[in-house]
Amino acid sequence: MTNDPNDKFMLTNRSKVMEKKQMTLAERLYLPAIAGGMSITFRHIFKKSATVQYPEQLRPIAPVYRGHHVLKRDEAGAERCTACGLCAVACPAEAITMTAAERKKDEENLYREEKYAAVYEINMLRCIFCGLCEEACPKEAIFLTDRIIPSNYGRNGFVFGKDKLVETMDNPVDVTKRQTPAVIEFKKDKFHQHNITINDLVDLGEH
Amino acid sequence: MTILIFKIILVLAVFGLTMLIAMYSTWAERKLSAVMQDRVGPNRAGPMGLLQPLADGIKMFTKEELIPEGSNRFLFIIGPGIAMLTALITGAVIPWGGDVSIGGESFALQITDINIGVLYLFGVVSIGVYGIMIGGWASNNKYSLLGALRASSQMISYEIAMGLSMISLIMMTGTLSLREIVAQQDAGFANVLYQPLAFLIFMICAFAETNRAPFDLPECETELIGGYHTEYSSMKLGLFLFAEYINMFISSAIMVSFFWGGYNFPFQHELGLSPNALATVQTVVFFLKVFGFIFLFMWVRWTIPRFRYDQLMNLGWKVLLPLSLLNIFVTGVVMYLTGKLN
Ligand code: SF4
Ligand code: SF4
Repeated sequence: MTNDPNDKFMLTNRSKVMEKKQMTLAERLYLPAIAGGMSITFRHIFKKSATVQYPEQLRPIAPVYRGHHVLKRDEAGAERCTACGLCAVACPAEAITMTAAERKKDEENLYREEKYAAVYEINMLRCIFCGLCEEACPKEAIFLTDRIIPSNYGRNGFVFGKDKLVETMDNPVDVTKRQTPAVIEFKKDKFHQHNITINDLVDLGEH
Repeated sequence: MTILIFKIILVLAVFGLTMLIAMYSTWAERKLSAVMQDRVGPNRAGPMGLLQPLADGIKMFTKEELIPEGSNRFLFIIGPGIAMLTALITGAVIPWGGDVSIGGESFALQITDINIGVLYLFGVVSIGVYGIMIGGWASNNKYSLLGALRASSQMISYEIAMGLSMISLIMMTGTLSLREIVAQQDAGFANVLYQPLAFLIFMICAFAETNRAPFDLPECETELIGGYHTEYSSMKLGLFLFAEYINMFISSAIMVSFFWGGYNFPFQHELGLSPNALATVQTVVFFLKVFGFIFLFMWVRWTIPRFRYDQLMNLGWKVLLPLSLLNIFVTGVVMYLTGKLN
């Protein structure tokens, strides 16, 4: 409250009384102020620039950076994803779409499970890189990596299909930074997971 | 005959140099603004971005050209032409260096030494506003028209103070020929020592005449989009922008010639150089001085915010005009007292 008893409506005593002063001659001449401003810009000529020369020079990013997704293969080279759709359900941005297909007899080396994603697309313009898809996946199939999404000329260019998402065998993507033993252990705990099934709930006696 | 060939070569050289300097002024402006803002500036086209002006030129020439419907085609096209023409022909009376002798004949490094050089300059400069006015009016666009109106009133207002500040200098030198003004500074001191106020007024007016910040109201983006060149595209826009840089170069050259001794430098005759070598050094010195002023132009642009329009008019009419009149009076009194008046 204000110290001034006459002024009932002042909430704090922090307000300042502004007086409208006449400008002095030096102020009205502009020139001293201009000289002051010019000396500031002149000094900045010798300062280091803040620019990062991007494609050649990268800013340091966190080891667990969440960027461009990867769809992993298992050790034998078969795609891990089983098109369960849990990632799509978990995705808050509704960025993931997929079409499932059934594995044929001679395709065991291509797909790990009996059902696989024939089409798997992530719209990188919708994606907010939250990593919930990775958390939801029961098959350890999808991971976010420290790769940056390149720019593109059109919106369609940001819809990444399997050609860009699935890792190739000769160029595997390392996700050990994100898939630490602690993370694997955590994912087994179904209480914290999206991938809890009806049967699990029945087992737990909650249904 | 030799004089004709020499003059033709000189004209082409001055034209080429003006273009080159204007081109690289755009580069320098971007580099300088960048370092003043702790950035890097153009650095992709060639080493240090030195090919950037060429890339810009190619871009300007190959861009689609739009002429708005309802505009006056003829005037629309001639506007940037006038701006460019007036920017270029002012270089004719500027003395770029001392005399050179080729095959026993002595030539002045000046395209033409007319005895009313100063008047010629002011005449040409006042035509310069037509390019902007015509271009802005012919665009059939409100913003362009407003920009053109601002440009014309600003340029006319500041031309008066500019002319009056020159009068005190002319009273002192007693000549209208640029070559003689420069030669007098060789014998004595640079005019800026005698006429600092006239120089200050002249410089401020030069900023206003070239439409550079803080007087770039005719093209202020925040209010008028692009001002008089809103509707312009491709190389016609390029000509307008280019004319601004040429104007900057030429007004730097004029200021150097009038006030800063032109191509002269201290103790130049004590060096014992041959006339041709001396002329070369003088030309280099002249350009160094000019580059200093171009730097100043850019430095000011990237420091000072734009004036409000009423402030601009107040400064022109209520400050600079009385000051230049006062300067004429003081100059007259001092000349009378020192007995230089006859
Ligand atoms: S990172 Fe988040 S937003 Fe992006 S696809 Fe995965 S769940 Fe969706
Ligand atoms: S949650 Fe995993 S296994 Fe299921 S569809 Fe998504 S990526 Fe494939």
